[in-house]
Amino acid sequence: MEIEQFFSAGYQGSKSFKQLDVPNANATGFGAPTDDYMDKGIDLNEQLIRNKPATFFMRVQGNSMVNASIHDGDIVIVDRSIKPQSGKVIIAVVDGEMLIRRFEKTINKVRLIPETPKLSPMEISEYADFSIWGVVTYVIKQFS
Amino acid sequence: MIFMKAIVDCNSFYASCERLFKPALNGKPVVVLSNNDGCIVSRTDEAKALGIQMAGPYYQNKAEILKNNVAVFSSNYHLYGDMSKRVMDTLRLLAPEVEVYSVDESFLDLSGIDGNKLHDYAMFVKQTTELWTGIPVSVGVAPSKVLSKVANRLAKKDKLGSKGVIVLQTPQQQMEALQKTAVEDIWGVGSAGSKTLRMFNINTAWDLRNMSEAWAGKNLGGVVGVRLVKELNGIPCIEMKDPLSKKKMIATTRMFGRAVFELKELKEAVATYIARAAEKLRRQSGAAGAVSIFLVSNNNQSQYQYAPSSRSAYVALPSATYLTNVLIAYVMPLVEALYQKGSKYIKAGIILTDIVPCAMVQYNLFEKPESAASQKLMHIVDNVNFGMGTDMLKFATAGTKKNWKMRQELRSNRFTTKWDELCWVK
Repeated sequence: MEIEQFFSAGYQGSKSFKQLDVPNANATGFGAPTDDYMDKGIDLNEQLIRNKPATFFMRVQGNSMVNASIHDGDIVIVDRSIKPQSGKVIIAVVDGEMLIRRFEKTINKVRLIPETPKLSPMEISEYADFSIWGVVTYVIKQFS
Repeated sequence: MIFMKAIVDCNSFYASCERLFKPALNGKPVVVLSNNDGCIVSRTDEAKALGIQMAGPYYQNKAEILKNNVAVFSSNYHLYGDMSKRVMDTLRLLAPEVEVYSVDESFLDLSGIDGNKLHDYAMFVKQTTELWTGIPVSVGVAPSKVLSKVANRLAKKDKLGSKGVIVLQTPQQQMEALQKTAVEDIWGVGSAGSKTLRMFNINTAWDLRNMSEAWAGKNLGGVVGVRLVKELNGIPCIEMKDPLSKKKMIATTRMFGRAVFELKELKEAVATYIARAAEKLRRQSGAAGAVSIFLVSNNNQSQYQYAPSSRSAYVALPSATYLTNVLIAYVMPLVEALYQKGSKYIKAGIILTDIVPCAMVQYNLFEKPESAASQKLMHIVDNVNFGMGTDMLKFATAGTKKNWKMRQELRSNRFTTKWDELCWVK
């Protein structure tokens, strides 16, 4: 289908940010010379969320992805609008269960690879109850 | 230019929100209950196939639900509200003009899209919304709003055949669709209206479309009837509306989780509702000039006999205000006046009316304007409550125990709005 011609990029601005969000000093004496150079500041939402309506946060249970430095209790940011290419970490749905795994797609097969020696890769047959929920874009972990 | 409107409607919206985070329920029957777990307000196709009725009381369907292993949820408005916003935000990127019609449906203006690409575009809207938000939708496209609703209904009824999208472009397509639509199923025709139409032997939307405007004006309530017939003919008369961002009135009404007998508890409930409504009032920078309250009691013995009686009262404020404490102070005497000892109260509500922008409040000579301190207090209360959770800070009148609070026994997590209720992945 010729869908591409209507809409090119996956992201065309679902973040909202206004000029007014930029703070300035509002100094009462001399005008602060820094006002012309004020930035909005670093906003984690803006940095970590590419497409707002398609982005979800989830919490990891267990250590299926330890070797990819994703640990029990970490929070992952999941974007549903990104194309799941081979090699990406995805949220997969297998038999109704939500799993975090590395997605591997070759010419004739699809596999879900855990990043721990304790679990073995899962081969997805043609008839399996399988779908991709979204692609993991970032991990948030607390150190202390 | 061809004028075209689309309506995008989420399929079994509340149930679909629940399924998104519990994919094991895909293909299985799911129902969502109303406030207090009273009635069924959302059903998946599988639940519909079991004969579970919309708006049917939960207790009447309980046996059927247990027997068929239907998944049941209390309504989780935090989740549905957030998912609704995601769907609407997605649609706003896909069409130049979007009118949010309800929590799960929006009209899109698709005028100017090349006629032979319209179906592809509608399909693209559907697929993008589903991919991004995970909520399945149906799309109906036609020259008028009423026709687009007809298209949407048919798309929903035959999901396999239509793939969720129906475009009514040619006169032939419109005729076939209208012939398949009973008068009851036309948007804006209520059950009373359809009885009138059936009396005139008008049974399908096609029959109605072929009536003259003069006839509709005479028999169907004047200009409304004429508009309906025109819309069915593909002549757009109902335009895209601007969002209702500033509400003219704000109401908070709830059923109690259990019957309330004591005046004290009743006052707590009303004070809580005022706090909630005043919060909404401040969010739109408004001030209310009057408040009405109503109390509903049901003195029947059986819980299934419903013969409620309602008493209400109204107070016009000396000057408009948005201060929760001032509103509470004016309303509490009304609750006392309406209260009848021994009555079994099941519901209460408050309505803020005569809403004006707070910059425009007219003070009279004898009233002190809102002091800077109380303004600041409201600001702090709102900030704490938005930041730390509803009711973190509240006025003591609103009570601390809330025995009357809404029953939500089967509520799922607020997966998208609460940091400590996120979905788990293994």
